[in-house]
Amino acid sequence: MPEPQPSDAIVIGGGLVGAAIGYGLARQGLKVTLLDEGDVALRAARGNFGLVWVQSKGPGVPEYQHWTRLSSDRWPGLAAELRETTGVDCAHERRGGFAICLTEDELEQRRQMLEVLRRQAGAVEFEYEILDHGALARRVPLIGPEVVGASYTPYDGAVHPLYLLRALHAGLLRHGARYEPNARVNAVHAAPHDFRIEARGTAHAAPRLVLAAGLGSRELAPLAGLHAPLRPVRGQILATERVAPAIPLTQKIRQMSEGALLIGDSFEEAGYDDSTAPQVLSALAARAVRTFPFLREVQLVRSWAALRVMSPDGLPIYEQSARFPGAFLASCHSGVTLAAAHAYPYAEAVARGALPDELARFASRRFDVPKAA
Amino acid sequence: MFRRLPETAAQPVTVVIDGRPVRVPFDLTAAAAVLIGDGITRTTPVSGSPRAPYCMMGVCFDCLMEIDGVPNTQACMVPVAEGMRINRQVGARKVRS
Repeated sequence: MPEPQPSDAIVIGGGLVGAAIGYGLARQGLKVTLLDEGDVALRAARGNFGLVWVQSKGPGVPEYQHWTRLSSDRWPGLAAELRETTGVDCAHERRGGFAICLTEDELEQRRQMLEVLRRQAGAVEFEYEILDHGALARRVPLIGPEVVGASYTPYDGAVHPLYLLRALHAGLLRHGARYEPNARVNAVHAAPHDFRIEARGTAHAAPRLVLAAGLGSRELAPLAGLHAPLRPVRGQILATERVAPAIPLTQKIRQMSEGALLIGDSFEEAGYDDSTAPQVLSALAARAVRTFPFLREVQLVRSWAALRVMSPDGLPIYEQSARFPGAFLASCHSGVTLAAAHAYPYAEAVARGALPDELARFASRRFDVPKAA
Repeated sequence: MFRRLPETAAQPVTVVIDGRPVRVPFDLTAAAAVLIGDGITRTTPVSGSPRAPYCMMGVCFDCLMEIDGVPNTQACMVPVAEGMRINRQVGARKVRS
């Protein structure tokens, strides 16, 4: 192996998490090397729904609620900065979001969850509305007769996730990062503040390492003294033809800036199988048509599945390696929502060399509790 | 724009393209019928620029038209029929409220 290529930070993973952190490091002036596995990777960043979603995040875990909200609050700045730096508009919108309920039970569960979030919000104001059918119909006229109501918060938004990925990558290059495609990691040599990574016949060296390889982090983490007990959770999405503006943002059905409607989302334990399943797609379509009957006449043009990167408790994992300081893990299933948190506070903490106390709740040691006999 | 080989000449039918009756061979697709004229099938919902049939085999979605009242139909996949109404798809289709 020849002399390693030096940089200030190596990021493993070119999806939304790795690209956001890498961008955040590069914009601070650090020399970043981003290693991206390639088309064989599972690539959740290319299959997601694109929500910047706040209203259901973190009941019982105020740290997650606050982190999500912080990201949502910083998203307008990130979108503007990316547009200015790269010319790519990732179509960020933040006009609030509706979670539409088809039964009284669903609506009551939403109300209870949002009340928990309001009470635990602390200094961060958290306002929500519960709307019955009539109140919702005044704001979302195309709902069907079976819709019971919805919850609404003004904090929710969305982006076009593919434009976001493109913007982050363009921003990385703009700030002088080295991007290595098809760079599956072959070897990790870790020492405190001294990391050598081999990928595609090239060695890279840096005092900082960020592991953001999605489900691939599971196997790489132990090599850097980190722990990432992740599993795939499949989600399937339907996409329609482009139509004129029809609906505001809802949690399971959204209209993209260019007119297509996306219908999600399923949660399936399917291992690493990322193929679609007709019975799941037909259930999504059936619910969508009950929610918005006009969809009956709108043509579907695509469907796909992607694998969420899920921790045992569904929360992100953020930690710095105790054994090899300078190595950081970042993993979550909300790479779009949390992109601003990753590009700004998380990347600033990595550059500084210490994660803030607010993120201590997300360290992997929470999974070390021995199981009761 | 395109000329048919003489040996393939076939019985004509009348279709109505953007309100104008046109006699075309019965074995054409709607997209091929449009190509006898100006070839423009739609304007895009993103930039508003005009588009014409491209792949002619159901893949590219550039020939979307409103055919017999159904918007965003792939014109290259629809054989013409007597009296068929073939209209340009102008921008994004509307949904029924």
